[in-house]
Amino acid sequence: MSLLHFFGQTLRIATPYLFAAAGGALAERAGVVSLTLEGFMLGGAFGAAIGAWLGGGAWFGILGGLAVGLLLGGLHALGSIRFGADQIVSGVAINLLVVGATRFALQLAFDSSSNSPRIAGFDGFANPLIWAALLLTPLLAVLLNRTRLGLRIRAVGEHPQAAATLGVPVARVQAVAVVISGGLAALGGAYLTLDQHQFTDSMTAGRGFIALAAVIFGRWQPLRAAVACLLFAAAETLQIQLQATQWIAAQFVVMIPYVLTIVAVAGAVTRAKPPAALGRPLAS
Amino acid sequence: MISVRWLHWADLVLPPLVALAVALVAGDLLILSYGQAPGSVWRLLLEGTWGNSYGIGQVLYKATTLTCTGLAVALPMRAGLFNIGAESQLAAGAFATALVASLLPTATPLLLAAPLCIAGAMVGGGLVGAVPGVLRARYGAHEVIVTIMLNFVVLALLNWLVSTYWHVPETLHTPTITSGQMPRLSQLFPQFHGSAANWSWLPVALTAGLVQWALQRSQAGFALRAVGFQPLAAENAGILVGRVWRQALTWGGALAGLGGINFVLGYKGYYEDGLAGGAGFLGIAVALVGRNHPLGVVAAALLFATLSQGGLAIHALVPKQMVEVLQAVVILAMAMAVPEVRRLLRTALTPRRRAP
Repeated sequence: MSLLHFFGQTLRIATPYLFAAAGGALAERAGVVSLTLEGFMLGGAFGAAIGAWLGGGAWFGILGGLAVGLLLGGLHALGSIRFGADQIVSGVAINLLVVGATRFALQLAFDSSSNSPRIAGFDGFANPLIWAALLLTPLLAVLLNRTRLGLRIRAVGEHPQAAATLGVPVARVQAVAVVISGGLAALGGAYLTLDQHQFTDSMTAGRGFIALAAVIFGRWQPLRAAVACLLFAAAETLQIQLQATQWIAAQFVVMIPYVLTIVAVAGAVTRAKPPAALGRPLAS
Repeated sequence: MISVRWLHWADLVLPPLVALAVALVAGDLLILSYGQAPGSVWRLLLEGTWGNSYGIGQVLYKATTLTCTGLAVALPMRAGLFNIGAESQLAAGAFATALVASLLPTATPLLLAAPLCIAGAMVGGGLVGAVPGVLRARYGAHEVIVTIMLNFVVLALLNWLVSTYWHVPETLHTPTITSGQMPRLSQLFPQFHGSAANWSWLPVALTAGLVQWALQRSQAGFALRAVGFQPLAAENAGILVGRVWRQALTWGGALAGLGGINFVLGYKGYYEDGLAGGAGFLGIAVALVGRNHPLGVVAAALLFATLSQGGLAIHALVPKQMVEVLQAVVILAMAMAVPEVRRLLRTALTPRRRAP
């Protein structure tokens, strides 16, 4: 196994994580819980299949995935910000909704209970989303730490009352963050569909939760979260490469991100501290 | 003048009704999108569930598991904790009960085997529930994150245990147990023949009643609710908040684990990888619609079980996945309706004042 091959495979596995973790970091820094990443990704994956199928090209797939992600982000914003629904409950509901809705739509659109027909996609590193994911992380870090909007987002996530007093439109900032986070995570899902030239039922298989783990393990900072994504992806790559040797059971490699995250929130080394107002909307 | 008691009931009962109405409308749209008549699909759904004894048996079977996972979410919620770990707690309970049953000598009398197996299920689930409880109480780790992550860890661990050490070749399930089987309902009532309904519902129903009693009448239940209302006040009143957190999540896990008996002792007779099948996550919905009251949880479990089973009944006309969408719509609508109804009730009752 060449080193280059190893890095290449790690990057390809990390791409959907990078997108979803960027979305997760954005929404959570604005104080909105991101249990929805899994649903956003799966929705994006399906949107990509529909887009590429109807439009007849892989770029339409990216658009389709993005559109579904923005819509789902809007739904989460409507529920948890406009109606003040519990963000965790809304997140769980959206995840379940997307699983059911994509299955229903698979039947409706393709008359299949398991997968879409073969669609246009990108092969390997010709996939622009890989390079977009690499660019995205520094962009998000700059946005959060160096711009006015970023400052507002952080203020809203740390102390919404104070932000509101200073004239920041708290609900609007949060809604924008959540909608964008939906679009970003959905691009991660779209990557999967376009990479495999097909949508299959529940194809995201928990990747949204790995991305959430990366956000938490990266202490809600985009760069650290991206490093965590690469780390988790490298572990997966190793596991795939070492599968033949039976050196370690695959199940234990699967556990790595989750165990590390539990250790991180329990503060074994230093506590990972979430944004102060995470999950608590501004009382109206 | 509207009494406070009436208001309390309105606040409790209106949101589920709103959520059901929204789900009905969403269902109509989905049915129409598939080119069918809503009326006939809904009729089919009811006929396939409550219209014959097989359907009733299936609903009862599914509601039994959902009651357990619903209680597993509802109980910690009354202490202000969100348990998203019912999925893995249920699996761990099922695994533990299969382990206990297989260790017992063949044909141990049921009156001896059943309590042991039930205890095993609760210990298995309780162990998984204790982890977030301890981490929350001692290190302040958020239970939502811990329970989500723990789901994946525990399910992977169980998968590893079963696939490496304890399975029937060519399958992902354990050998069939030879003691502790819960008899099927059809042994006493032949009309339930063919359905998975079994006597597990009895210990589960008793447990639901017990939880209701414990919450409302026992000292521990009072402490738990006090912590849920206002942890700081509870702490000042001398309640050990950390201990309540630990106990609430541990018992929550034990309740989810109890659900494992329904599948293992009552239906299949073995532990099987993936048996939870989303029942843990639906427990969140059940607790939500049941307003975190044990008796409400039972009612909500029956509702969601009806939807699950109804999906199979309507499959001839509309894809059964429709009910998965509807279940999610109920949760989403419910989550939005709870604060909205409260807000509307408050505005409707506040005496109108002129602007100064």
